[in-house]
Amino acid sequence: MNSNYLISKNIDDYFIGINNAFKFVRKFFKELFKPPFYIKEIVIQTYEIGVKSLLLITLTGFIVGIVFTKQSRPSLEEFGATSWLPSLIGIAVVRALGPLVTALICAGKVGSSIGAEIGSMKVTEQIEAMEVSAINPFKYLVVTRVIASTIAIPILAMYCSFVGLIGSYINIHSMEATSILVFYKRAFSSLTFLDIITSIVKCVSYGFTIGIVGSYKGFNASQGTRGVGKAANTAVVVAMFLIFLEEMLIVQVANWFRI
Amino acid sequence: MEQPEINKKEVAISIKNLSKSFGGLNILKDINLEVYKGENVALLGKSGSGKSVLIKLIAALLKPTNGEITVLGQNVNQINNVELNKLRLKIGFSFQSSALYDSMNIYENLAFPLKMNVKNLSTNDVKLAVEEALTEVGLIDKIKQMPSDLSGGQRKRIGIARTLIMKPEIMLYDEPTSGLDPITSQEINNLIIDVQKKYKTSAIIITHDLTCARNTGNRTAVLIEGKILKAGTFDEVFDSENEQIKSFYNYNFIQ
Ligand SMILES: Nc1ncnc2c1ncn2[C@@H]1O[C@H](COP(=O)(O)OP(=O)(O)OP(=O)(O)O)[C@@H](O)[C@H]1O
Ligand SMILES: [Mg+2]
Repeated sequence: MNSNYLISKNIDDYFIGINNAFKFVRKFFKELFKPPFYIKEIVIQTYEIGVKSLLLITLTGFIVGIVFTKQSRPSLEEFGATSWLPSLIGIAVVRALGPLVTALICAGKVGSSIGAEIGSMKVTEQIEAMEVSAINPFKYLVVTRVIASTIAIPILAMYCSFVGLIGSYINIHSMEATSILVFYKRAFSSLTFLDIITSIVKCVSYGFTIGIVGSYKGFNASQGTRGVGKAANTAVVVAMFLIFLEEMLIVQVANWFRI
Repeated sequence: MEQPEINKKEVAISIKNLSKSFGGLNILKDINLEVYKGENVALLGKSGSGKSVLIKLIAALLKPTNGEITVLGQNVNQINNVELNKLRLKIGFSFQSSALYDSMNIYENLAFPLKMNVKNLSTNDVKLAVEEALTEVGLIDKIKQMPSDLSGGQRKRIGIARTLIMKPEIMLYDEPTSGLDPITSQEINNLIIDVQKKYKTSAIIITHDLTCARNTGNRTAVLIEGKILKAGTFDEVFDSENEQIKSFYNYNFIQ
């Protein structure tokens, strides 16, 4: 039996796994442009992702805004530069914290639920049931969910940044009387067009990652209910890992465009 | 009892020299079987003998390692996707686990394949078709419930109703009575016979339940260690002197 492996079972399986993941992504782009498009299902899924994570994102975004402002104030005070606080926060929240916090929360909430949902459909033969009913489960389940999370996560990240800035404003307002309009104006004054574009690109790639990793893990679930838990779990871990990787990569590329 | 019309000249499903292995493990070895139009063939085998694998091969959910499978004159592994989907619409597959969509209620479960495959149906058309199929299996009162609210036997019947909605010509039943009490099993057996008569289906009924095989099958085949050991009428098969077939019979009897 051993002679069947190129190197060893584990190493072979690892590379076969990577190869399968790439095939899965390629299949997504192949199916993406082929009708039917299941628009209704995409809308439902997008809405569900939004509703599922809204409360958690509101809470986390708000707290991150408050805490970050609180923590930054002493350092700026040392230089007598507290008036820079809004623009510092604007940069931090819109460029980095909003997208990242949203992505990590959604990796946990959305990624795991896609993994578990598709995974349980896989192990209870529901996916095969679709196939024998001449319905393409890849299109109906995977493509719709990946599109939905690619749409929903940038919107949620924008919302998260917005809530984060409100949290930050409340903290600033408790120390000095600034109007919210002046605060937002200052927060955005140091943000460039490139910053906004970079944030959007980041969020789109996070959204895609969360959707495709969850679907891939679910679609390849095996071994009954245990496999469903495993699919949900690894979906979160892998998605988070990839999100950090993408974060570094995109920031690096964006920096090349700054002069 | 009124006999179904079996046309011995026309073959609905033909399996030739079929084998299937998973990673070096031979599950099915050189299977040959024909199902005639209008005929129910019961396929008996122990747990793990590859029964589910065999009917999944027929519906092209798996690819064979070797051999040919022809359904309604078409080789399921040589036709393109469009043709395969057309063929699959004529195949009703009742899954071992029922495979009801658990995010949808019973109405939606039945309406789903219809809406996805038949364009421009009015809501009323769909509703009528769903009600007809549910009445056929005697569960019209469950129309608004979720699959998780149903018993195992009810789920099996809903699974069968979901295939009937597409008016199949071929039925593939994967252990329709497993895990059910004898009375519920008998209800399912009767349903299978009704479907055969009313929809004129040709069917393979996979089971390890001898009563199910005797009652629903016009012919019985026994799958042991990846091979079809014997095929014929139920009595012919179990009159055999073969030790393995005998032990299968005795085991079921004691149980
Ligand atoms: N996708 C697969 N990959 C690897 N092995 C598989 C796969 N599907 C089935 N097998 C193996 O094939 C054998 C037959 O499985 P199958 O599900 O067909 O059994 P069965 O006869 O339907 O049993 P049961 O009565 O328990 O349903 C089992 O040993 C199983 O482990
Ligand atoms: Mg089985």
